[in-house]
Amino acid sequence: MLIKRPSDIPSSEITPESLYRNRRTFLKSAALVTAGTAAAFALPRFAGPQDPPYKRPPAGPFNTDEDLTSYKDITTYNNFYEFGTDKDDPSENAGSLKPRPWKVRVDGEVHNAGLYDLDDLLKGITQEDRVYRLRCVEGWSMVIPWLGFPISALLKRFRPTSRAKYVEFTTLNDPQQMPGLSRPVLDWPYVEGLRMDEAMHPLAIFAVGLYGKQLPNQNGAPLRIVVPWKYGFKSCKSIVRIRLTEKEPVPTWVRAAPHEYGFYSNVNPDVDHPRWSQKFERRIGEFRKRRTQIFNGYGDQVAGLYSGMDLRKHF
Amino acid sequence: MTPGQRIRFIFKPLVFVACLLPFLWLGWNWYHDNLSANPIDDVTDTTGTWTLRFLMVTLAITPVRRISGWNRLLQFRRMIGLFAFFYGTLHLFTYLYLDQFFLWEEILADIPKRPFITVGFLSFVLMIPLAATSTDRIAKWMGGRLWNRLHKLVYITAIGGVIHYLWLVKADVQRPLIYGGILALLLGTRLWYVLKPFLVGRMRREGARSEVAGG
Repeated sequence: MLIKRPSDIPSSEITPESLYRNRRTFLKSAALVTAGTAAAFALPRFAGPQDPPYKRPPAGPFNTDEDLTSYKDITTYNNFYEFGTDKDDPSENAGSLKPRPWKVRVDGEVHNAGLYDLDDLLKGITQEDRVYRLRCVEGWSMVIPWLGFPISALLKRFRPTSRAKYVEFTTLNDPQQMPGLSRPVLDWPYVEGLRMDEAMHPLAIFAVGLYGKQLPNQNGAPLRIVVPWKYGFKSCKSIVRIRLTEKEPVPTWVRAAPHEYGFYSNVNPDVDHPRWSQKFERRIGEFRKRRTQIFNGYGDQVAGLYSGMDLRKHF
Repeated sequence: MTPGQRIRFIFKPLVFVACLLPFLWLGWNWYHDNLSANPIDDVTDTTGTWTLRFLMVTLAITPVRRISGWNRLLQFRRMIGLFAFFYGTLHLFTYLYLDQFFLWEEILADIPKRPFITVGFLSFVLMIPLAATSTDRIAKWMGGRLWNRLHKLVYITAIGGVIHYLWLVKADVQRPLIYGGILALLLGTRLWYVLKPFLVGRMRREGARSEVAGG
């Protein structure tokens, strides 16, 4: 009904004053309730007795002493689009992934190319506890106790040729096991890459477990990498192929949005994502945000890899 | 009871409670720690999507009314529109407090820097005059023509809201595009009603001309 003149409004349309006043009071009290509950939630949620028993390694260059994120949070808040794009999709849908038997194809600039069984690859390797920070490009972070070993240990076994300058990793791409593949959200299969010296750095690891237990499917079972000084999407999950190359690989996120995601994607508070700032992050379990640190706080160990490089250009 | 009384005393209160349910659901889950590992993000997302949804419902009332003839639907539009403003306020408050802790310098620097925040903020600001002029007394004072013109701002808010959503997702554009599709439909019907007299008029004239020409 077009209100042409004020008298067009029938008195039946006019809200009784009591209801009108109640509405305003309600909105005010709703705001207060919200503020109150927000404040009440200021308790940090970190590892505690509900988590798997875990003996932390002593603090050191490979082990932060910060509070561990709880096992529940690490295993229910995931980005693994092959199982769906919501944060709870991977934990709900990754049951269909079969981590064994698992084969890894190794090819490219190596002398020992082949299709290896994962358990054969892992024979004789000592797993270590590594407690790393993980910083997602979205602006949240966790502290995760991985179980793994340096990438260099396997790369050395494959005997790279002199032409090997980069390592490319590929995730499983099986629609039978991964329901999210039916949607072309990204250009499957998921591919990531590192420069050779980044992959050979002692901080960069293959991970097979967390909290001392087998890696859950939603966290990238049975084999993933963890590169803690880069945004989390570079830590490729459920790896089925390792290829050494001469040319720089094109990671899937770079392919999806080359002006937003770069090959290096080093954590850097001074280089914003085009659509959001990277200056702050929310540590899962904490209420207030924290300042993000260059190289996710691993600058002492890795800054040397990039000396002389313009980190804004090579983002 | 007259139909008008039924609406005022039975249906409107019921709808009011229904509109509160998302807020109550959110509060209950927050309190019982049932949200995800990142509950602040969940609150932001949920309040944002419900703002969009209430905007869509508000915009759906006129097309549904025209097609179905249920004029009494109009009596619900103000309440649903105000709920869009309510959830929009919660959403903004989540950003100002839970995201930025009322650090006004950071916020003022952020708004122009992050395009999706600029668009979202502007869309919210446009809702303020609409909420402020929602009462009968003020509508009377303003006069119907001016009031109607002002309230067309809701079209811009809704479009801005969809763009805000589209600009903040990483790669999965499905949901923002669905809202965009619904909005295009809702705005499209209005466009149709505006153009119809001209189109129908032209068709009639064409018909008359061909009759005259003996065609």
